Amino acid sequence: MDTVVTLLYYFLTAYIAVLLVWNFVKRKNWQEEVLCVIVLIPFLLRLLRLK
Amino acid sequence: MTRKIVIAALGTALAVLAGLSFYRSRHLREPVVAGPGVSRVAKLGDYFGPIKGTVNDANVYVLEGREPGGTILLLGGTHPEEPAGRLAAWIVAENAELVRGRILVVLTANRSASTVTRLGGAYPPDFTIPTAWGGQKFRLGDRWSNPLDQWPDPEVYLHYPTRQELAYVDIRNLNRAFPGRPNGTLTERTCYAVTELIRREKVDVAIDLHEAELQYPVISTIVAHPKGADLAAAAAMFISSMEGFAIGVENSPKALRGLSHREIGDATDAVSLLLEAPEPFLDATRGRTDRELLLTGKDDFVVRAGKRGLLFEKIDEKGWPIDVRVGRHTSTILQILEIWSSENPAKAVIVSGVPRYTEVIEKGTGAFLKDPKTASASRLFSE
Repeated sequence: MDTVVTLLYYFLTAYIAVLLVWNFVKRKNWQEEVLCVIVLIPFLLRLLRLK
Repeated sequence: MTRKIVIAALGTALAVLAGLSFYRSRHLREPVVAGPGVSRVAKLGDYFGPIKGTVNDANVYVLEGREPGGTILLLGGTHPEEPAGRLAAWIVAENAELVRGRILVVLTANRSASTVTRLGGAYPPDFTIPTAWGGQKFRLGDRWSNPLDQWPDPEVYLHYPTRQELAYVDIRNLNRAFPGRPNGTLTERTCYAVTELIRREKVDVAIDLHEAELQYPVISTIVAHPKGADLAAAAAMFISSMEGFAIGVENSPKALRGLSHREIGDATDAVSLLLEAPEPFLDATRGRTDRELLLTGKDDFVVRAGKRGLLFEKIDEKGWPIDVRVGRHTSTILQILEIWSSENPAKAVIVSGVPRYTEVIEKGTGAFLKDPKTASASRLFSE
C-alpha cells in the first residue's frame, strides 16, 4: 500500500512540476516567471530523489 | 524570450547547486579504521536478510578478547543528529582492545537518518572534528529516517506490537520502533534486525548512546530497564564520585513504547540501558544552528533560558563542548563494563585503550580518531 501511495505522490509531484513549467512559459511578468522557477526547484529535487 | 531563457538558466543553476549539495551530503563517506580489538566486521543484514543491501545495512564491528566472557552491544547513531553518541562508539571501535569478552559496535544504527538533516531546520549538512592529521568530516544527520527511504508517514503511528498511538513522524524514529517488525517499514525492519542481532549474539548488555536538549527532563542520565536498574545505579554512583561529573538514573517507563531501553529489555535477555548527554544544539530556544553551536555547545539564548529556570541541566558561557559530551559517554560505558564485570565474573568484559572523561577533554576527541590515509586497506571501512 505504501508503495502505491509513494508512486501516486511522485506522479503528483511530476504533474505539478509540469504545471509550473507551463505557467512559466505562459507568464508575461518577469517576477511571476522567477516565482515559478523558484517554486519548481523543490519539486525537481524530489523527482530526482535528491531531497 | 531571452528573458525567459535567462531566468530558466538561473533556476537550473540554482537547482544544480542545491542538488549537488544534497547529493554530496547524502553520499559523504566517513572512514573508519578498525582498531586493534576488531576481529571482523559483520553487517546488520547478516542477522535479518531483508535489511541486506538497503541503506540501513549498517556495519557491526565485532571486538573480541582472547578469553571468553560476556557480550556488550554499543548502539551509536540511533539518532545521528546526537553526534556524541556516534563519536564515543567510534572511539571504542578504533581504539579498544579486549582482554575478555566481546563488544559489538554499531556506529550508525539508522544510516538512513544520517543522510538527511532536519527538514526546514537549516542544519549544517556535516561537521568536522579537528585532528592532528587535518580533521575528519561526519554527516550530521537527523532524528528520523530519510523520507526518500521511507514514505509516506501515517496520520497516527501505531507502535508494533503494542498498538500504542505515537506521533506520526515517529514511524521513522528508530528509538520509537523497537522491538521492530519483520514485515514493517524500513525503520521497523532495522529495529527488528538489531533485536535479532541481540538474540543471536546473546548480548548481555545493550547500551544505546544519545544526546538530549536541555529543556528535556531526561538528560545527563542513564535510562535503565528494570533488569539494569542496579547496574545503572551503581554506575551512576561510581561516576559521580570518581569520573569528575554527575549522572542520574531514570527508570524506563512501562507506558512509553518503542524505546530501546524498554523494548530490548522486554524482548530479549539483554539488559538495556540508554545514555543521555546534554546537547544545546537541539534546544528549541537556540540561536543560529551552525557547526560551531554543534561542537561548542555555546548558545546565549539557551543560557538565558537557564537563567529563567526553563532547563533541566545547567549551562553557562562555557557551553557543552563535544569533548565533554563524548567523554561523559566513554566514562559511563567504562564504568558500566567494570561494574558488570565485577558482578558477573563469568560474563566479564574487560577492555583497555578507551579514554575516560578527563582524557577526552584534555586531548580532544580528534586525538582518538585514526588517520585513514595511513591505515591498511584491510582495516579500512566506511559508514
